[in-house]
Amino acid sequence: MKKIVFALAATLTMTAATGAMAEDKFKACFIYVGSKTDGGWTQAHEVGRQYAQDKLGDKVETVALENVPEGPDAERAIERFARSGCGIIFTTSFGFMDSTIAVAEKFPDVKFEHATGYKTAPNVTTYNSRFYEGRYIIGQIAGKMSKTGVAGYIASFPIPEVVMGINGFLTGARSVNPDFKLKVVWVNSWFDAGKEADAAKALIDQGVDIITQHTDSTGPMQVAEERGIKAFGQAFDQITAGPNSQLTAIVDTWGPYYEKQIKAAMDGTWKGGQSTWDGLKDGILAMAPYTNMPDDVKAMAEETQAKIESGELHPFTGPINKQDGSVWLKEGETSDDGTLLGMNFYVEGVDDKLPQ
Amino acid sequence: MDIAQNILLTIMTAATPLLIAAIGELVVERSGVLNLGVEGMMVIGAVCGFAATLLTGSPWLGMLAAIVAGALISLLFGVLTLSLAANQVATGLSLTLLGLGLSGMIGESFVGSAGIKLPSLSIPGLSEIPLVGRLVFGQDPIFYLSLLLTFGVAWFLFRTRAGLTLRAIGDNHASAHALGIDVIRIRYLAVMFGGACAGLAGAHLSLVYTPQWVENMTAGRGWIALALVVFASWRPWRVLGGAYLFGAVSIGQLHAQALGIGVPSQFLSALPYLATVVVLVIISRDRRLTLMNTPASLGQPFVPDR
Repeated sequence: MKKIVFALAATLTMTAATGAMAEDKFKACFIYVGSKTDGGWTQAHEVGRQYAQDKLGDKVETVALENVPEGPDAERAIERFARSGCGIIFTTSFGFMDSTIAVAEKFPDVKFEHATGYKTAPNVTTYNSRFYEGRYIIGQIAGKMSKTGVAGYIASFPIPEVVMGINGFLTGARSVNPDFKLKVVWVNSWFDAGKEADAAKALIDQGVDIITQHTDSTGPMQVAEERGIKAFGQAFDQITAGPNSQLTAIVDTWGPYYEKQIKAAMDGTWKGGQSTWDGLKDGILAMAPYTNMPDDVKAMAEETQAKIESGELHPFTGPINKQDGSVWLKEGETSDDGTLLGMNFYVEGVDDKLPQ
Repeated sequence: MDIAQNILLTIMTAATPLLIAAIGELVVERSGVLNLGVEGMMVIGAVCGFAATLLTGSPWLGMLAAIVAGALISLLFGVLTLSLAANQVATGLSLTLLGLGLSGMIGESFVGSAGIKLPSLSIPGLSEIPLVGRLVFGQDPIFYLSLLLTFGVAWFLFRTRAGLTLRAIGDNHASAHALGIDVIRIRYLAVMFGGACAGLAGAHLSLVYTPQWVENMTAGRGWIALALVVFASWRPWRVLGGAYLFGAVSIGQLHAQALGIGVPSQFLSALPYLATVVVLVIISRDRRLTLMNTPASLGQPFVPDR
């Protein structure tokens, strides 16, 4: 039943979003999986779109379509954009991958950019952010700040992206406290404030004193604030939900990338078949202000951030063992991108069995 | 032992919005009307409750606003299905769509605002009793209201004349009409009661559960409430049992995960729904009993011949 509802909703939104367009401007179009005001993932893309629009001004018209469900509806929505004269189309969810590729084949003259996927084509480029760099930093902070030495992680779906985040966090924590442990709860949803809050309560009741999340609502942050423990924001600065709890947040800043790519598409320098995977140094992600922590922890976090930005430190540098104790990375060895993008194992210290 | 109390509190919080929305829908369905718009009315209640709380500074007024908003939006459903005899399934579904869209629009400027929580009861001495103090004397007002509602509806439906009339309409609206009962008027009242309950359930989400507003924050709870009504075979106390069972399994599985017991998390996440299906099968093994409880004219439009 829910599916029908969403399908109908998408059709309605679609009709509403395509108004009259001026023909002479270059048109950049965005497809969102969620709502523009979700306070997380999609809102970060929306802020990026507005940033690009402000920077490029009158020469460009940007259009966005929100709440597009993954699957056949996405393909229709993307195709509609392609037909309506969009010069470049950004599809901003992992689940739009196959739809993007399918539409791109039919419209070789339109440029496509797909976020967080791994399939490219002559007119499809992918882009992603090295979120694990931020996860490593917040892991280190957790390692210093936790008294119990156990943190709780509210996770969405067991895909490589999320597993990579969990491993990045724990590797950071273990770099300052080698005995650090991590409890993981999967809520099997990207966005359900109530369920995420329940997961946070369950973790806190079982003795964790720091929580972090890879889901999109501020539910867990509110619980942390209420119970007086510390937490990290996700995708967006969530300081208003946890003024006394938020230590920092990993903030997605897509704006400069969008500006750069739209500009490239306009002056003909855009290239297809690329896979961009930028990190802290490129400004595609940023850390919210370090708050609610002692000065020495703050100094450590800032130093780590600087080292990652300068390339001096790669978060996944050995020695790191897998969960079963076998060696993953030897002393001084760093992980290659391929392993990270297909990550399907935990590092040592995760108190959970990875769902396969 | 504090952990046991904490877990029980979490379960009760998770069950309360389901219980309230389901109790409201139970009354609607007992009167023979199927309103599939629970999710939409709930989300409208959530946003109006949150907005009114921020605008007036009082979560109590917010709660009131949510109830009124839920009742008003259900009135729209009433006009379409009762006065104009539109298809109830289609109208209910569009009410959900309307609710989700409208709430997003109303709530746009409130996204990210810090909410105000409805204060929990606190009785010096009593609320601090170990084990049960906070369970009995330290909960939010909507929780107590949910129990009161369940009791009230059970009493009303099966112990009062008005309740009998309502059930009679649900079972056979033509006969009820022939007896001189104003079917449409009573159904309007039932629909609005259902809307008010859904609004209150929404207020619980945005004022108690997670005091914030985000789009689609009901996340399918309205549909679960609808399922609970069938699950409970239209009996109020079974709705209570169902809501708490659902709450217990969904919170229990989170704790099982946090303990790291090694059962696949996908299975644990599906557990509340599996439990619902299993109980449903057990309850409905006797077809005759099930049919006896089902309002016979459920979902059928009624046009009084003049």
